[in-house]
Parts: sequence; C-alpha cells; structure tokens
Amino acid sequence: MKFSRLVLANLFRKKVRLILTIGSFAIALVLFTFLAVVKSAFSRGTEIAGADRLVVVSRIGLMQLMPISYRDKILTIHGVKAVTHNHWFGGVYQDEKNFFPQFVIDPENQRQVMTELVVPDDQWNNFVNDRMGAIAGARTAARFHWKIGDRIPIKTTLYGGGSSEFNLDGIYHSEHPGGDESQFWLQWKYFDENAPGPVKSTAGWYVVKLDSPDDAARVAKAIDATFANSSFETKTETESAFQAGFAKQFGNIELLILSIGGVVFFTLLLVTGNTMAISVRERTSELAVLKAIGFSGRAVLFFVLAESIIIALVGGVIGLALAYLLIPVIGIALTGLLPPLLLSKSLLTLGVGFALLVGAASGLLPGIGAMRMRVVNALRRV
Amino acid sequence: MIRVDSTGKSNSLIQVRGLDKTYRRGGEEIQVLQRLNLDVDKGDFVAFMGPSGSGKTTLLNLLGGLDVPTHGSITVAGDEITHMSGNKLTQWRARHVGFIFQMYNLIPVLNAFQNVELPLLLTKLSKSDRRKHVETALGVVGLAERMNHYPRQLSGGQEQRVAIARAIVADPTFLLCDEPTGDLDRKSADEIMALLAELVGKYNKTILMVTHDPVVAARAHSTLHLEKGVLVEGKTSRESVMAGGAV
Repeated sequence: MKFSRLVLANLFRKKVRLILTIGSFAIALVLFTFLAVVKSAFSRGTEIAGADRLVVVSRIGLMQLMPISYRDKILTIHGVKAVTHNHWFGGVYQDEKNFFPQFVIDPENQRQVMTELVVPDDQWNNFVNDRMGAIAGARTAARFHWKIGDRIPIKTTLYGGGSSEFNLDGIYHSEHPGGDESQFWLQWKYFDENAPGPVKSTAGWYVVKLDSPDDAARVAKAIDATFANSSFETKTETESAFQAGFAKQFGNIELLILSIGGVVFFTLLLVTGNTMAISVRERTSELAVLKAIGFSGRAVLFFVLAESIIIALVGGVIGLALAYLLIPVIGIALTGLLPPLLLSKSLLTLGVGFALLVGAASGLLPGIGAMRMRVVNALRRV
Repeated sequence: MIRVDSTGKSNSLIQVRGLDKTYRRGGEEIQVLQRLNLDVDKGDFVAFMGPSGSGKTTLLNLLGGLDVPTHGSITVAGDEITHMSGNKLTQWRARHVGFIFQMYNLIPVLNAFQNVELPLLLTKLSKSDRRKHVETALGVVGLAERMNHYPRQLSGGQEQRVAIARAIVADPTFLLCDEPTGDLDRKSADEIMALLAELVGKYNKTILMVTHDPVVAARAHSTLHLEKGVLVEGKTSRESVMAGGAV
C-alpha cells in the first residue's frame, strides 16, 4: 500500500511515546484477558452442565440432608434413566489452604450419570472393591503430585470429625475442555458405616439422568410433587440452573468483572485518545500541508485511524501473548480458589476485537478533528 | 500579461472577477479584499506586495482554493473554482496547484524523495513512474544527490528546494509561493529566486508569489501592490526595486 510508508514513518516519530502507549495497551489486554478468563471459569459449570441432568436438593437448603430411600422413589418416575447421590465431605488435606472439593459418591451409579468424568476401567474396579479407596481429578492429583497407590490423609470436622487415610485408586479426566478435574471422590459405603446417627442413610443431593432433555421440566415437577408435604421436601432444577445458583453464592461475579473491565476499557480509551490527540496536535501544520496539496479530509482521518489501530493491534497482540503465558501460571497459583482458568480461542479473538475497538475509538475524535481542520487556520498557526 | 482592471471575458489562465473577502471577528466585519479583478496569463511571474494585513495571503489562499470568497469568482484554465464543493476543490488543488510555503513545511519523518513523492501518491502512477518523476523534479532543483536526506540533514535553502520539487513534481497549472524566501539568508534567497525564475523562463511555469522583499519581487515579471484589500496599479520590476530602495 502506497500510504504505508507515511503511516509507519509517523508511528515511529516519537519512539518512547510509541513504546509507552503500546505497553499500556499490552498491560490492559493482560488484565482484560485475565478478567474474561475468570468470568468464563465461573460460568463454565453452567455452560457444560448436562442438558439431560437434574439436581435434587432439600427444599430447606443445600446443607440439609435427604433420606437415601429417595433414590429408589426417584427411579420410578417416568423419564428417569439413572440416579446417583453425593455427600459433601469437607475434609482438609495437610493444611486448610490446600482446598479441593471432596464428595462421597455412589459407585454403583456414578458413571451412568456423570458420563463426562472418565476413569479407566481397571482403576474404577480397584476403587469399587476398595472401601478406603479414592479417585482424584487430574488437576488435583497434579497439584499435589499424587500418583496411584498413594495414601492420602484427610481430616474432617464434619460428621463427628476424625482423620482417615484413603488409597488413591484412580484419576479421572473430564471430556470437556476446562471441565472440573479438581474433585476427590470417596466411597459412600465407608462413609455411611462411620457416619453419626443423623447422617446415616442420607444423601446430600441427588443427580438424576433423564431419558431426554425434553422431559426436564415434567420430571423435576414430578420429583418435587412426590416428596411434597413430607419431612424432607425437595427442590429439583436442571444442572445448569443449579450451577448458576451455586456460582451466585460467591456474589455477583459477572457484575464485578464487567465493572472492572469497563474501568479498564475507559481508562485505556482516555490514555490512548489523549496520546493520539497530542500526536495530531503536534502535526497540525503537516496535516494542513497534506490537505493543501490534495489529500482529502478522509485520507487524513484514515492516517490517524491507521496509526491508532496499529498501536492497538501491536499492543493487543503483545498483551494477549503475555496473557497466554501468564494465565496458566496464575491458574496454578490460584488452584482451589478459582475454577480452572482456560484461555480459549474465542477469548483471544475477543481480546483482538477489544484492542481494535479501543484503537479505533481512541483515534476517531482526533482523526475527525484533523479531517475537519481548515487548512488556512492550521497554516496560520505555524 | 497581467491586468488588474479587466471585468469582461478573457482568455487568461487565471481570471479573478469582483473578488470580495470579509471576515467576522466578534461582531465586527473586516473586509480583507474588495472588488478585486485580475488576469494572469500562462508563463507570468507575479509578485504581490503590500503591508501586513493588506490581504496578500488571503488572496493567495483564495487563488489556491484553500478558502472561499464572500463574493466574486476565480476561474483557472476554464474551471470556476469558487462554487466547487470541498472534495472537488481538494481534487482540483491536487491537479492544478503547487504550494510553496515560507517555512517549507516538509514532513520531518520522510526523506527528500518521500516528501517530493507525496503529491504523486494521489495519482495512478506506478511506483517506477513515480520514482522517475521525483528524480526529475529533484534534478531540476539540483538535489538529486540528496534524495535520501531527511529535512533535518538539509540547510534551509535545500529544504525550500525540496519544497519546490514537491510543488512541481505533479506538473501543476500554476505555483503559489507564500514568502518563499522569508526564512532564508540573502544568498539562499537569491538561489531560490533564480530557481523560480528558471521554472518560469525554462519550463514556462506560472507563478504567483507573496513577498515583503522588493529585491525578491524584482525577480518577478511584475509586482502588484495590495493596499487595504485593493489592488493598485502594478510596477515594473525595476520600479519596484527602486521603491524599496534595497538594491
């Protein structure tokens, strides 16, 4: 392109300013990408939740237990394919800061319902036959450098307290990219035998696999109707609705992230807009000469926009590259505090779009000013 | 042949008829040019002189299509420019006018070659044709050897030569020079004026120039004086020098 030399020459006119502006873009893009990744991590549970699964909890609250007999009753409802149940274990591994979720699972039905969490058959069989067995998610196993056969001491303050050592029989992986691989599963039979009286023969929640997602509303209604007016009424909802409700317990993460993202956007817009305005003001006479010798107002607008967009793109790409390198490191450091941080292609594309938008917006006002500038007035200022 | 009293039709390259220019400053109207008539033929070299505020630069801006008159008309090579839209006027300037400014106004981040090439970027010429034109223009001003030098690496006189090369590279219909020697020492000014005279004499260019310097004006074919926005009878070059007493 024959104008590229002019655009590039103007870009490199003030090298320090160029580097600082590109740097501010890069840092803002790292922050923007990190916020987008965190937001995505919190909403991922909702996105990848099984469309053909329901979660049944006590109507009173998630921590209220339900009788284990509900499992068989739920199974009789038309449209239900399989049912499994879970308990929150709430144990501590070595230190409280080493948090990861521990669930007491129902080995008989777990794999029929949670089909995306895959355990090799030999490992699963070892687990089923081992009352003190455990299965860890790949992420948690990697975090603590566990390998199959290790004995994992877990101390719990719930259910009467105490400490037990579990045998790591298997490691599960999620078939969904970024799926939850942080859980630690224990045997329900062992748990039930050792649980105090009120906890015996109970389940924390049920997960119901349906024949068809189309039955979700009808089956949910039927389950709640079955247990209506009992001592343990239920609240049944789709897994995605349950996940969304669970995420909300952390507060309105989305609003918080969008607010910070908005501040980043406008700060960057003001910084780069000011830089472009100064850059254009410094060149008033040159732009006036260009217009005098026949360059149109639109051509001048194009030059200014091209500069701001190139700055934004270069800064944006550097920022995204930094984010690509840093986010896995941050993700490991925040394991247990945040869901897995996954920088997807769509987020990278969104980052480039964000950079382009800020670049175009920051160059627009100075560019329009240059486009409308009267040559006679501009030359008089020289 | 320059005439300042024509009112009818003529075959001149540039015809100015009944030109008025009024500015408003606050509530006050300032009449800068009044009922100005002028005919300039191809190959003429005209100098405009007059005290500050007499309307010289305003006249040059109007002739170059950088400003629009309050009344009157300007016709150049058969095109009446006073009623052209902004875009058309921009295209017209690119094709017909070469500007030379007092402060040279080169782009500091482009070298001499790139500065001279700028007007050609608006044409459909190929890269090799642009190169030929630029080399020719720089050859005419005597700077073919310095085409890779940046403005900061050139003297004032050399910068103005590059600006002249930029003004002539697209072969415009006429050149407008606003104090072309105003920022130069006498020796450099003489060289620039010799170059402008050569453009007229050898290449039959038409030049309209504003200057305060009677010695510079003496190089023109004729000098027109503007007083309070009115063109008064022109003087020959010799008369002009004598009046300035600067020889």
